[in-house]
Amino acid sequence: MAFAIQFVIDVLSLGGAYALMALGLVIIYGILRLVNFAYGELIMVAGYTMYLTSGSGLPWLLMAALAVVMAIVFGILTDYVAFRPVRAKSVTAVLITSFAFSNLLQNAALLFISPRPRNVPLPDIFSQTVSIGGAITPVRNLITIAASIVLLAAVAFLMRKTTLGIAMRAAATNFTMARMLGVPANLIITSAFALSGFLAGVVGLLWIGRIGTVVPGVGLEPLLVAFIATVIGGMRSLPGAVVGGFLLALIDTTLNYTLSQDLLKFRDAFTFSLVILILLWRPEGLIKGPASGQRT
Amino acid sequence: MLDVRDLSVSYGTIRAVRGISFSVGKGELVSLLGANGAGKSSTIKCIAGALKASGGSITLEGKDITAASPEQVIRAGLATVPETRDVFPDLTVAENLMLGAYIHRRDQAGNRDNLERLHTLFPRLAERSAQAAGTLSGGEQQMLVIARALMARPSVLLLDEPSLGLAPAIVERIFEMIETLKTSGLTILLVEQNVNQALAVADRAYVMRLGAIVASGTAEEIRSTSDLSSHYLGG
Repeated sequence: MAFAIQFVIDVLSLGGAYALMALGLVIIYGILRLVNFAYGELIMVAGYTMYLTSGSGLPWLLMAALAVVMAIVFGILTDYVAFRPVRAKSVTAVLITSFAFSNLLQNAALLFISPRPRNVPLPDIFSQTVSIGGAITPVRNLITIAASIVLLAAVAFLMRKTTLGIAMRAAATNFTMARMLGVPANLIITSAFALSGFLAGVVGLLWIGRIGTVVPGVGLEPLLVAFIATVIGGMRSLPGAVVGGFLLALIDTTLNYTLSQDLLKFRDAFTFSLVILILLWRPEGLIKGPASGQRT
Repeated sequence: MLDVRDLSVSYGTIRAVRGISFSVGKGELVSLLGANGAGKSSTIKCIAGALKASGGSITLEGKDITAASPEQVIRAGLATVPETRDVFPDLTVAENLMLGAYIHRRDQAGNRDNLERLHTLFPRLAERSAQAAGTLSGGEQQMLVIARALMARPSVLLLDEPSLGLAPAIVERIFEMIETLKTSGLTILLVEQNVNQALAVADRAYVMRLGAIVASGTAEEIRSTSDLSSHYLGG
């Protein structure tokens, strides 16, 4: 019983973090049909904001809020620096500029801060454990689960009930038509980047809360995870990204528990094999996006 | 109302529209006829702001909208119903209509009145208001895109091939509805391949062929004098 609880908590907390990461990526992809490769660096920005404010004596929650705000600011900056100037001209160009922006941010961190890991202040609650039904579990896993439930619900509400959210969904299916109804393209895209930055910021706190330190390359793994989760779930569907995130977490956690010590170093190989199988079975991902899908 | 002067549209080196001029007066229903590839839809998309003009000018009520973006064109009072019948398939009928009123989103009372008026014009849409637009039939989707365009309360409506791919009985209903809109005083530019039906509702018409206007006049004149089948069949 304790084992089952432990397993479920592990899957849900890892899955919640994965789902939020994937959602942040797919919100941009849905509208622009472009993967934002600088997404991982938003997580890095959140981490370094925590590190840089750690000596300021601010309460932790304020620092965390500041980290999320910085991730949003850099999300919007990604739009202005990497996407907007070349968006209308060439897909390839945006691919390169988003890589370039990602590199630029990473190297700025290397140069101005340090290539070595930096400690990030974390409240005590992140290192405490509790016992639930006999299973000893870190409190941060429960925080992750709670945060992902709240955020997934908030995003669902935003996308379903607000005019901005509905306009974003419309723009994701047919950008030109949405513009012909008067929905301003730039507003929608900037909102998508802001939302993506917000999710990256929160994920950054949760993710870095697991490792406790931040390095310039910290965003690489979340970007990869988010990318795989969206590919499994369906690149153009928001629910798909969430399903993909949880499924990937289920696969990872199951392998963690079942593989022997020798095989555990090859966990990613097993994970990717399963991903390939899923894609052979469902090349478009588990959940198909809306019908029309031309790039605009 | 709507004035198009020497308009040209090019796709790379291919010139789809070659310096055409036409105008639509207030309250008029003008039809733009022509076969596939005559340049009608390119003209419409260019007026709507979705395509850039390579030459010429477009003015709406004296305002130059040649280089306007799609979102500026709709704010200037010109709504477009594209031929591709672009409903947002995973949004409900009600959400589609709500987005149609995006530019008036602060005026909720006005939108409610307008919606009520449209629901009496298209009772089907009222019945299906909570349904995903992608699940509607072709005719219902056509009604939805027209109703959605009207939610923007335009002074000019561009209709691109509203009868395309619809059953004759439904085409009949669509044209009845176009007449109703016309009597309500709306200025309409109707692009059609369905010549007879278009001429039956139109005041005036222009015939396009290979990117140029080859005939123009009142609906009567076009029907009786020009040899339409030659323009269509390339004779």
